Amino acid sequence: MEGAGGHRPPLIREGPVGRYILKRLLLAIPVLFGVSVVVFAAIRLIPGDPAQIMAGQAATREVVEEIRTALGLDRPIPVQYLYFLRNALRGDLGRSLFNGAPVVEELAQRFPRTVRLALASMLVAAAIGIPAGIVAATHRLSWVDTFVMILALAGVSIPVFWLGLNLILVFSVRLGWLPAFGHETWRHLVLPAVTLGTASAAVVARMTRSAMLEVLSQEYVRTARAKGVPEGRVIRRHALRNALIPVVTILGLQLGTLLSGAVLTETVFAWPGVGRLLVDAVLARDYPIVQGTILLIATTFVVLNMLVDVLYAFLDPRIRYA
Amino acid sequence: MREEPRAPSLLRPVAAPWTRARLVAARSAGSVVWQRLRRNHSAVVGLGILATFATCGVLAPLLAPYDPYASDLEKSLAPPSPAHWLGMDELGRDILSRILYGARVSMVIGTIAVGIGVAVGVPVGLLSGYFGGWADLITQRAIDVLLAFPSTVLAILMVVILGVGLVNVMVAVGVVSVPTYARLVRAQVLSLKEQEFVEAARALGAGTARIVFRHILPNTVAVLIVQTTLQVASAILSAAALGFLGLGVQQPTAEWGAMLSTARQYIQLAPHTLLFPGLAIMLTVLGFNLLGDGLRDALDPRLRV
Repeated sequence: MEGAGGHRPPLIREGPVGRYILKRLLLAIPVLFGVSVVVFAAIRLIPGDPAQIMAGQAATREVVEEIRTALGLDRPIPVQYLYFLRNALRGDLGRSLFNGAPVVEELAQRFPRTVRLALASMLVAAAIGIPAGIVAATHRLSWVDTFVMILALAGVSIPVFWLGLNLILVFSVRLGWLPAFGHETWRHLVLPAVTLGTASAAVVARMTRSAMLEVLSQEYVRTARAKGVPEGRVIRRHALRNALIPVVTILGLQLGTLLSGAVLTETVFAWPGVGRLLVDAVLARDYPIVQGTILLIATTFVVLNMLVDVLYAFLDPRIRYA
Repeated sequence: MREEPRAPSLLRPVAAPWTRARLVAARSAGSVVWQRLRRNHSAVVGLGILATFATCGVLAPLLAPYDPYASDLEKSLAPPSPAHWLGMDELGRDILSRILYGARVSMVIGTIAVGIGVAVGVPVGLLSGYFGGWADLITQRAIDVLLAFPSTVLAILMVVILGVGLVNVMVAVGVVSVPTYARLVRAQVLSLKEQEFVEAARALGAGTARIVFRHILPNTVAVLIVQTTLQVASAILSAAALGFLGLGVQQPTAEWGAMLSTARQYIQLAPHTLLFPGLAIMLTVLGFNLLGDGLRDALDPRLRV
């Protein structure tokens, strides 16, 4: 599925880089504020008594009342929100309804694993996507190009969870080369990373191809060729360097797709990250965990998008001054 | 009837009453698109795949060899055979029949979900882009917030609020596509409203409603058609993902994602239960993606990536 990252607010195209970064940072604040409102409101939109929902259906009356007071649920809604925000900023997102562990501890334990998976997937996406895009562009309209583009289209059409199950079937069940579950060694990382990275590799390949084609039609590339620069050098030094700017951006924005896909990939491979935590918590109605996980994922996503914009401004001066 | 300046678009604004000239213009624009589409191999393949699945969905009761819900536990997980081409699932139900009925479920979810996205997102984008100001600022910030959630996470959040089930899945997946439409239409309106044909219409005394609905909206149709085709693909994927996670359409409904969710437990015993529903999802999504790419090339070559 398409990551939401493709539709960011337009970049501010003025001022020196410092001012630009500051503006971009400031833009993220109202969004994060909105995210906290949505997550706060979501639990209150579930039909039923929020205190009972947060305490779990099996909780005694005393526990429910205790939670009602602790979360300020007997106060007006805006006050409740302030309580929620204050607690969240202090790093208190409540406790899991099942093991009673603080939500923040649970998240802190699992988040690095999701990050590791996402980074490995990005590596897969870049390592497959960029060379594939270059080959397609330099062999435009040949069978190689067609083949790469068909593969890329298949890559964005394949359900990530189905791909994961097939990889398990072939490489774990049949061939026994790689483990299907667990997270301890790099061998455990291979199948999940390939699963999660495939769709992004496809997007990166398409982007690299079109960026390369655009750059290759530029005057300076023609000049380089006319000067007698060897074709390999034209592609590497003249074309690729400029084509990579949009590719890097797309790669950064793919992190959203990766976070989305991580929910599914982690479920398929029983990878103990925040994605699987979210799904388990939703199924078990462990709402404090649901709330904390969604808050963490959305915040990460907002911060990442901001960093990509800032990085883009560094890479491409046109963004800053145009 | 006053003749108004025409928009410089392939899909011209076709306003009633239909003058003869307009009718011809509309027909020729449609046929130009159709001709270009027919020449585009991938679009033809995509259209073929979709036509096949749509036929399967519509005619499922006639085509399905067995009742998709009739279970025969003795044949539980039986591999493909002449009697059951795609084998049997864990409850001894015919997988082919379930996939045919599943085509119906997926197509309906995909179209209605995207319908919700269009119905909410397009008006929001139109208003936001045309009027600007505070309304624009507020809606755009609201959309920023929606976009702050990765799509699957937003869909899951919606399911947490609404609960599982067919209708709720459509709403959840529909909400996910709202920001896409709102942003797309807004961007289109922002550039269209500055163009000369809009200015000319305004100079001729056209009111706001007329400008928005007769001049601006028709010019966003080409982009909307392309986006909608691609959006149905991602809606079907999202709905299948929710089904797979156990947060979407529930058993025993023959939904492809939910079928995979149970098939997963039998990955060693009966890989065929895993293979076919996934293949069906992939082919349908591929069909929409191929058609979407083809439509983009046919409707507006400038949009080609």
